[in-house]
Amino acid sequence: MGQGVFVAGLGAITAIGNNVPECYCSLEQSKAGIGDIQFLDTVHKGEIPVGEVKMDNQELGVIAGISGEFSRTILLSLIAAKEALADSEIDTSGSLRVGLVSANTVGGIDKTEDFFKDFLKDPAKGRLRKVFDHECGCITEMVADQLGIRRFMTTISTACSSSANSIAYGARLIRNNLLDVVISGGADTLTRYTLNGFNSLMILDHGLCRPFDDDRQGLNLGEGSAFLVLVSESVAKNLIHKPYCELKGYYNSNDAFHQTASSPEGTGPFLAMKGSLAGSGFLPQEMDYINLHGTGTPNNDAAEGRAILKLFGPNYPPGSSTKAYTGHTLGACGAIEAVFSILALKYSIVFPNLRFKTPMNGIPFLPVKELRKNIPVNNVMTNSFGFGGNCTSLIFSRY
Amino acid sequence: MSRLIKMGLAAALECLKSGNVDIPGAIITGTALGSIGDSGAFLKLITESDEENLSPTHFIQSTHNAVSAQIALTLKCHGYNQTYVHKGISFESALLDGVLYLKEGNTGGVLVGGTDEITDISFVILNRLGVIRRDPVSNLDLFKGKTRGTIEGEGAAFFLLSEKESMDNMAELVSGYTFYNPESHLEIEGEISSFLMRNALELKDIDLVITGKSGDAVNDRIYLLLAGSYFRGNPLANYKHLCGDYPTSSSFALWLACIILSGREVPPVIIEGGYQLSRPDKILIYNHYYNKYHSLMLVSTYKGVP
Repeated sequence: MGQGVFVAGLGAITAIGNNVPECYCSLEQSKAGIGDIQFLDTVHKGEIPVGEVKMDNQELGVIAGISGEFSRTILLSLIAAKEALADSEIDTSGSLRVGLVSANTVGGIDKTEDFFKDFLKDPAKGRLRKVFDHECGCITEMVADQLGIRRFMTTISTACSSSANSIAYGARLIRNNLLDVVISGGADTLTRYTLNGFNSLMILDHGLCRPFDDDRQGLNLGEGSAFLVLVSESVAKNLIHKPYCELKGYYNSNDAFHQTASSPEGTGPFLAMKGSLAGSGFLPQEMDYINLHGTGTPNNDAAEGRAILKLFGPNYPPGSSTKAYTGHTLGACGAIEAVFSILALKYSIVFPNLRFKTPMNGIPFLPVKELRKNIPVNNVMTNSFGFGGNCTSLIFSRY
Repeated sequence: MSRLIKMGLAAALECLKSGNVDIPGAIITGTALGSIGDSGAFLKLITESDEENLSPTHFIQSTHNAVSAQIALTLKCHGYNQTYVHKGISFESALLDGVLYLKEGNTGGVLVGGTDEITDISFVILNRLGVIRRDPVSNLDLFKGKTRGTIEGEGAAFFLLSEKESMDNMAELVSGYTFYNPESHLEIEGEISSFLMRNALELKDIDLVITGKSGDAVNDRIYLLLAGSYFRGNPLANYKHLCGDYPTSSSFALWLACIILSGREVPPVIIEGGYQLSRPDKILIYNHYYNKYHSLMLVSTYKGVP
């Protein structure tokens, strides 16, 4: 189907680094970024660990080049998108057709939360400025305006698979010859809204999360943003530095089981992984690494594990969940973990699944426990599954 | 089940039924704000209960993908499932994805919809922002005079896009296009002309132009300007006095265009300036969202295989 789609630039900001090199450094040193809440204003400080980006909004604003008064989601997005575009060294002011596809789950609700404190006491109160970033689309619009992108922009929100879908959609816009360059990714910031939402669902681990471990107690929330600069084959040929890799496969499927729970047999995850393999033309045994969705909740990891068993068993590729480093960054995790998977390709490395001790009952697939270096990593798969049954897998291959 | 999900699901199921499809190949929806009834309620709960002992129901229902997800869940549809949340072009984004999905050779049809709701809280905030008409106004008088503010609305409209040639098809979606932040009305005219040209058409080939006039003097300035010059020779129609203004209201306009093209009479209530219209063959829908996002959709009578 159509022409190839290549990755020309990367940008990321997470709990383990304010840019891609810093994130890589933490991954290579097995350094997690999860701990006590420092920046989020909540009663759960000291009680629920999270993966925060280690800067306040004013500091983020300085790096982003805009006021720190904007939603933290905008600040994080802009930092990662600017890094990705600069990394690609593509001149977007010329004749290339450039678009932005971003994703998030709660937009600028961090500001709306502050607005509500005053608004609920008196509907005539609350600074209206604080609701201007509320919509998910506001985040994308601000990034597009700052990067000077006018031709095309849109925003996707499919819960925790949001930014995996923005990457897949960016690729389709190129393959359909609508655009030459697409900056695809997403962001989410920690908010009282999501922290309390997940807490009320009782799926937060009050210690450090243990993805794919039999004793796992739930997830740790995180925040961050990542963007990939996707380019067409003809743009890839004229790049200043050669592309990182090719986006070979992507597939979106719905589990159609429950609004928040995965089906026990992992139907959606299985179909997403199988579909991305079919699209890429690879066989299961050709995958050298899987970046697992691996949230650390009993339900997700069991369903993902069973789907892997069914698709790959008995010859499992090395796999790990990097959420043990960053926390679960919701709408951003698809793009953040795509960046991490591409780093695994670039440096021929597989990151360990931190804190793994006990194999899950009935799942013979075991995540990687120690850093593996200088091993052949030619094809990587990354999984993102969300509420509402939205499941997406992506496959990247060495260029 | 929350209001927005109910609206979306009801419209989606009715759409599939009328298209005689049990399970579509893909489900794609657009919503600017998602279930603000639930997000507002959960925000209130967090604030008033000081973040303690919360029930997760509103949180679960508030995810923006809840409508697409609930349709998939109801139908047991494992196909492509997507949700666009980009302000005034959320529906247009969903529609473009649906068209691409079929162009890529996928089959089974695509269910595409637009949904947004109005709530007590959003009404108060929009009112404070000056978006809503301050004095009571009949919807039939919405376009009279030069006043700020509109009648806010809500709704869900769904479409089954089919890759198949069939005499049951209601209309042909010829093309759609959006553009951002035009600098002048001349740029807007240029974009519309180029759009028509790309479809081998001229303005004179368009039998009816449905525009997004909302009754707000600032919003309508562009429509009035174009009506007096660029669109002078075209019959014009309005729709926001029927459904109210909301970010995905262009889905209502597309629904209106489709039922007209499938053979229903043009409702006199939509026609501006006393035009007599018999059977339009080509309808252009032009809507803008705060003069930032501009959207064009071109639909024509389905003529079948030549």
